[in-house]
Amino acid sequence: MRSPSTAPFIERLSSRGSRVAAFVILAVLVAPMLVIVPLSVTSGTLLIYPIPGLSGRWYEEFFTDALWVDATWNSIVIAIPTTALATALGTSAALGLNRLRSRLAPAITVFLITPIIVPIIIYGVAAFYYFSRIGISGTYLGLVVGHTVLAIPFVVVTVNASLKNFDPNLLRAALVLGATPRQAFTRVTFPMIFPGVLSGGLFAFVTSFDELILTLFVSSPEQRTLPRQLWSGVQETINPTITAAAVVLMMVSILVMLLAEWIRRRSSKMQGKP
Amino acid sequence: MAVFFAVPIGTFLSRSVDNTELVGMLPNTMDAIESWDGAGLPDEPVFEALGEDFLAITDITAAAGLGRRLNHNITGYRSLVMRTFSGLRDHAGPLGRDELIQIDDRWGEPEFWRVLRQERGTFTSLYLLASLDLENTADGIHRTAPENRLFVDLLTRTLWISLAVTVLCLIFGFPLAYVMAASGPRLSNWILVLVLLPFWTSLLVRTTSWIVLLQRNGLINQLLESLGLIDEPLSLIYNRLGVYIAMTHVLLPFLVLPLFSVMKGVGSDKTRAAAGLGAPPLTVFRRVYLPQVMPGIIAGCSLVFVLSLGYYITPALVGGPRDQMIAHFIAYFTSESVNWGMGASLAGILLLTVVLLYAVLARVIGFDRLKVRQ
Repeated sequence: MRSPSTAPFIERLSSRGSRVAAFVILAVLVAPMLVIVPLSVTSGTLLIYPIPGLSGRWYEEFFTDALWVDATWNSIVIAIPTTALATALGTSAALGLNRLRSRLAPAITVFLITPIIVPIIIYGVAAFYYFSRIGISGTYLGLVVGHTVLAIPFVVVTVNASLKNFDPNLLRAALVLGATPRQAFTRVTFPMIFPGVLSGGLFAFVTSFDELILTLFVSSPEQRTLPRQLWSGVQETINPTITAAAVVLMMVSILVMLLAEWIRRRSSKMQGKP
Repeated sequence: MAVFFAVPIGTFLSRSVDNTELVGMLPNTMDAIESWDGAGLPDEPVFEALGEDFLAITDITAAAGLGRRLNHNITGYRSLVMRTFSGLRDHAGPLGRDELIQIDDRWGEPEFWRVLRQERGTFTSLYLLASLDLENTADGIHRTAPENRLFVDLLTRTLWISLAVTVLCLIFGFPLAYVMAASGPRLSNWILVLVLLPFWTSLLVRTTSWIVLLQRNGLINQLLESLGLIDEPLSLIYNRLGVYIAMTHVLLPFLVLPLFSVMKGVGSDKTRAAAGLGAPPLTVFRRVYLPQVMPGIIAGCSLVFVLSLGYYITPALVGGPRDQMIAHFIAYFTSESVNWGMGASLAGILLLTVVLLYAVLARVIGFDRLKVRQ
């Protein structure tokens, strides 16, 4: 936030030049994604501008072609259990770690979020190797397990953040006023961290829904997900159906992002913060 | 987490030094060859032991596996193993030096025996050395023949591309983060939304967009042609340029977000004081502002650098064969050429680099700042 007193220097440096530069960069950052939106509703078969006319034929193909429909279905079927598992495990891990006053706690937290740090290619290949040995490679179970591992860190991070904002005095107050520990949890702790849990779950969903690298290694053709179908489509021929699929994936991400943002605003309002 | 994350990576990485497959298939030979000093040809008992081990191999897949494994040491071993395997199919009677050499005279060459002697242990350094373009032969460790050198080149290329992408991200990200931090809350919020939008969108979708844009008859070439700037389409994709463009775009938010959060926290008291004391703007920027936002620059740059080291999807889709990074080869060795040892060695090198960089980073600026999303 800018206070009036900081203005002069900032003004001098952020002269018109740097401002223009920033907006050009911003445009370049966003434009490539927007450019494919009109192309997905072209009536022609080529990905060129100006588009000859509007048509929903590529979306129609996307929503009727067995390959794309199956892929979409697979993505949903895998993302839902992944979200549930990752949210449950991540939340309990965060709660447990928060209560653990041991010196090990930070180390465990770091361990829990290592899947973000380790390049996914390594985990993808390793999971392929290990899952084949234990017989879950090429199964839905294998993919759900793999995606859950990748999604847990996001849940741990968001729930941890909401626990940091949580005032432990509230819990003490509830206990003093005669609530059982169980009641205190369900009536006080959980409602307070619920927004964090919810956005963690949203992160988990997007992680699974957009995941490609692990899926490439662990899935068999039967479990081909939307990103995987898009990947093989891009390598063969770029046609407007691919842009339609890309727009659908993009819309899912944007929707989830808006939802997460809405939750964040609501919860900060609830806690009386700006 | 431990079972499904740490254990798979551990077991997979252990493949880089694992030699039990080979020792398990040739147990007698590995015992017998212990007593041979490596000069000339081994004694008769070693030949007999090898014959015995070969007779114990019943199916062709196992023989092919053995051949493939030994072929990693010397090319030509595969055909030697296969010929020996089929030559012994209907074998009866004694089996020693003469019979083996008769099946394939390469058993008369010490070179092939030296490989077996060298690989007699449970662990092998073959793959780790190979991923650094080194080999271990009878006369010690030395560099592989120039025409076989591949991996040092690959590692430097990976580092170079990552470095270039990091610098590009800094060049474009710095002004953006700066303006974001300097704008009023409303504008700054809007810019934040626009930066987060690509951040949340799947990497595959963004790479796809770039393919559409950069293709030979893609939008950028069309635009340049219609403006009369070029006569024929530029090749913007399936080469290094395409990799730089797409990766910089994909990774830019990772630099902007940490840098923005640091810049936002930097007040202007010090810079104003310096300016008030008569320092020219450039000096103020260099001597006062820059040091204050340095943690953000370091965090953002290292994040981009570390992330790009392991990139797979984007280079695979927009790069040419000469622009593939280490991740591509990890994938190649495990899914196409089924050389687990090489795949695991390269993965080990990548993981070690990444972990070291994070450790240094965590030391310098604290672990809490290194969160990838928000």
